[in-house]
Amino acid sequence: MAAGDAASAGGLTRLTAAQIAAAVASGEVSAVEVTQAHLDRIVSVDPDVHAFLHVAGIGALAAAEDVDRKRAAGEPLGPLAGVPLALKDVLTTSDMPTTCGSKILADWRPPYDATVTRRLRDAGVVILGKTNMDEFAMGSSTENSAYGPSRNPWDLARIPGGSSGGSSAAVAAYEAPLAIGTDTGGSIRQPAAVCGIVGMKPTYGGSSRFGLVAFASSLDTPGPLARTVLDAALLHEVMSGHDPLDSTSVDAPVPPVVAAAKQADVSGLRVGVVTEFSSGGYQTGVQARFTEAVELLESLGAKVVEVSCPHFSYALPAYYLIAPSECSSNLARFDGMRYGLRVGDDGTRSADEVMSLTREAGFGPEVKRRIMLGTYALSSGYYDAYYGKAQQVRTLITQDFDAAFEQVDVLVSPTTPTTAFPIGERVDDPMAMYLADLFTIPSDLAGNAAISVPCGLAPEDGLPVGLQIMAPALADDRTYRVAAAVEAALQQRWGGPLLAQAGELGEAQGGAR
Amino acid sequence: MTGLAQLVPYDEALSRYEPVIGLETHVELGTRTKMFCGCPTTFGLEPNSAVCPVCLGLPGSLPVANRAAIEYTIRIGLALNCSIATWCRFARKNYFYPDMPKDFQISQYDEPLCTDGWIDVEIDGRTVRVGIERVHLEEDTGKSLHMGGATGRIHGAEYSLVDYNRAGIPLVEVVTKPVAGTGALAPDVARAYVTELRDLLRSLGVSDVRMEQGSLRCDVNTSLAPHGSAEWGTRTETKNVNSLRSVERAVRFEIERQAAVLDAGQKVVQETRHFHEEDGTTTAGRSKEEAQDYRYFPEPDLVPVAPDRDWVEQIRASLPELPAARRARLQADWGLSGLEMTQLQNAGALDLIGATVDAGAPAADARKWWMGELARHANATGTDMSELPITPVQVARVSALVRAGTINDKLARQVLEGVLAGEGEPDAIIEARGLAIVTDEGALTSAVEAAIAANPDIAAKIRDGKTAAAGALVGEVMKATRGRADAGRARELILQQLA
Amino acid sequence: MSITRDEVAHLASLSRLALTDAELDHFAGQLDQIIGAVARVQEVAAEGIPPMTHAVPVVNVFREDAEVPCLTPEQALSGAPAAEQGRFRVPRILAED
Repeated sequence: MAAGDAASAGGLTRLTAAQIAAAVASGEVSAVEVTQAHLDRIVSVDPDVHAFLHVAGIGALAAAEDVDRKRAAGEPLGPLAGVPLALKDVLTTSDMPTTCGSKILADWRPPYDATVTRRLRDAGVVILGKTNMDEFAMGSSTENSAYGPSRNPWDLARIPGGSSGGSSAAVAAYEAPLAIGTDTGGSIRQPAAVCGIVGMKPTYGGSSRFGLVAFASSLDTPGPLARTVLDAALLHEVMSGHDPLDSTSVDAPVPPVVAAAKQADVSGLRVGVVTEFSSGGYQTGVQARFTEAVELLESLGAKVVEVSCPHFSYALPAYYLIAPSECSSNLARFDGMRYGLRVGDDGTRSADEVMSLTREAGFGPEVKRRIMLGTYALSSGYYDAYYGKAQQVRTLITQDFDAAFEQVDVLVSPTTPTTAFPIGERVDDPMAMYLADLFTIPSDLAGNAAISVPCGLAPEDGLPVGLQIMAPALADDRTYRVAAAVEAALQQRWGGPLLAQAGELGEAQGGAR
Repeated sequence: MTGLAQLVPYDEALSRYEPVIGLETHVELGTRTKMFCGCPTTFGLEPNSAVCPVCLGLPGSLPVANRAAIEYTIRIGLALNCSIATWCRFARKNYFYPDMPKDFQISQYDEPLCTDGWIDVEIDGRTVRVGIERVHLEEDTGKSLHMGGATGRIHGAEYSLVDYNRAGIPLVEVVTKPVAGTGALAPDVARAYVTELRDLLRSLGVSDVRMEQGSLRCDVNTSLAPHGSAEWGTRTETKNVNSLRSVERAVRFEIERQAAVLDAGQKVVQETRHFHEEDGTTTAGRSKEEAQDYRYFPEPDLVPVAPDRDWVEQIRASLPELPAARRARLQADWGLSGLEMTQLQNAGALDLIGATVDAGAPAADARKWWMGELARHANATGTDMSELPITPVQVARVSALVRAGTINDKLARQVLEGVLAGEGEPDAIIEARGLAIVTDEGALTSAVEAAIAANPDIAAKIRDGKTAAAGALVGEVMKATRGRADAGRARELILQQLA
Repeated sequence: MSITRDEVAHLASLSRLALTDAELDHFAGQLDQIIGAVARVQEVAAEGIPPMTHAVPVVNVFREDAEVPCLTPEQALSGAPAAEQGRFRVPRILAED
């Protein structure tokens, strides 16, 4: 629909980022109007969805005004100028709190912006606020947030995935057309899959980690979430690129992901299905939708073969050694001495005691578990058998990918073994929770590019299923190309986006809102 | 706390035991900015005014390695004859301490940048080669003020105030291999090593190496084993060794203390000890038995350092003449024995003499003046030679004037006194005080005739052929002219007159 | 059994976590289970396989030795739970040596 009609019908929040950007650039609608519409939407549904930890109403409107002023003055606008965005609360913002979903950073105001934050602002993107997440990015459901879970807009009694659950829920609930999450073991892709939206994990180092509060340094990757593949690509280009402040950032041009998203053609493409992921044991509906997606790819002209990646079955244990090890070191700085929570400083206790009491009170159980696990794995006498071994397994997994990519252009799998599970179902069973990352973890370990795109609803529960497409490191564009092709074909079949099949949230605001 | 240790007198200890020493030295590099961020390294700034998200370790911050610091470290490694790694990484050393912003220190663990080198140290004419185990790079911590206690030290403090200005300053750690076979000279070798290392680092221009300011810090390891023992003893690590003299005293004390422990049939405890300046003793601190497990792992936020061989050779080519080579060259140039050279070094006169030679004086002259007249003056006034109010250029000028015949040695001494007294440049002093040698033949002849007239018996001897007696008359002439006569010419005139 | 309750208590202390007894009991069981599971990596034959460093292998990323503007002391201290004389005030530190 035209933006003007959308505005009058109150449907600005149903537009894609691409549509909003075009409408703002042409003057059809003002950035302020767009921002206001989204702020209203947040007020209306977020009490139920709880995607946001902080909404920066005034700041967002000011940023929007700035875009409108530039447009009026004829100044050049970036491709996403005036588009609202929800930012995961793990990236620092100097004008908003950054809590990482933890009590230990309650109300912490960083004195600096993350590079990603800065790039968004420079591009005229309007940051609406900070989204909820599993504490310090550890989890697959946002149930580990110290501020309560976020809820899946498809069914508010279910998890929106994690750790970028708030970002995913915000997009799926039309509170923002764009969001940024971070992916360490699957934390962008899995929430996107269970919320029926698009989530992309760029090549490691593709987006700067400067200002991204570290969970696992060699795995953390910021990336885009959106309702369409093109929107995700547009955000990917704005947020990515080399950063001299991040030694691990890729010093190469951003792959041409927007062009690839528009190309959306898979004829002649060689697609691999990973043998080790086909051993079953996951939800029937997920399996069914995945199989159909593979058939769809074939019908679009792709050649599908089976590929063995023998070490993938060791990916989960390797990850649950490497990530906790790095996190045990990364989270040591939260000791109550320089910022954040301090507990127990009564003038008689020692610094060590205050540190211990502070961390006891400030960290949730999953964080404590992983810190101890990491401390264990790095201990003298255990290092070789645990952390050292895991890093070798990681090399073997990367070699499996390299070998696979000699035979095929992309690998595909379901994004996650099940649809959104009920809130509370796995929160007391860490190992059951970890299984959500089964298919996403190998790409984090190898650092290559992987996207999740909706491929249907599971018939047994009517909940979204995601298709994961993996490509070699630096070949991010390839994932967008395939995802766009799948999206276009499926939307044709569905008569619209998958998300349109979700029920309406909140009280009536007129049917078309 | 101090004075409770049993000690065996030094010589006695050495008669029964053989010491082995080792040193770990931390050097603050003189780069403009910190190791992993662009904050300045300037000393003495307002607290927490030279900090940023990186060196404060704020959540989300990331380190980026300072190229100059890497280069300085390679320079140090090359000067110490080390191998430079072709590929190495930084590592995290994990432990909790309030002066460490990240509660881990970025350092190097099993992949140091430089390994397996050596440096020679001269002791009493003997050369001791001290092996260098490794040279690696790390970052320094913040500094704490301990408040509320009686002494300002950590014991008894109620709380601390932390300043992170120094957090992130680049530090190079130089670790020696164990040094055995030095016997009674162990303390001297330790001291000489630190001195030599300090001079080397200074000549490389990588640090201002001021021990008293903390830009050069030493930990000394000492162990004892009975003579003839196949194994080395248990070693202790002594910290808080803040001067060259303390290095020597710490080793000496530990030898005496450990000898007493071993004599009593007990085991030396492997521990960290603290050196006390006031009385030269050490006391026990953290026991190494409960040694910290630092859970080292490669730093994931940094990429490996792989200095290509071209860069290393470039650095090697740019190394200045190192102190040992310079000393050898000067010794050969000046034709000195090893002992003479050592005397110059000990007196702290080496650089001064070198500069004087550079300013045009012959080496022998330069040495004569600095080790003679000027050394005497320095001792008498209790100053360092380098602090005397006279420059090598001025000394070279005096030497030139003597060689030109304008003044003689005795007069030169008066000129030097004048410079030291602040009267100005040598030429001006000669003018003002009237110290130039008299060249006027007439005046000289009168003085000669007067001396002859005043000493008839000496004159008679000379007429008789005892020309040696002319010396006495020359002396008279010199007295009469207040030393300003050309002694040689005076002698000629005397002999002529009395021929 | 992969890990004992005492070992977990030791890990907690190393990690500066003042766990309650109830937490210790709870975590000990869970960690035992998790460690048992992750120990599977030891099944993999990895003789001569180098450990992974980075996805896109790169070396020698440096910055030049040039000053960059710092935070002001106010910014640096802005989050401090306690500050005095322009410094971070911290509880008494037990002597290291």
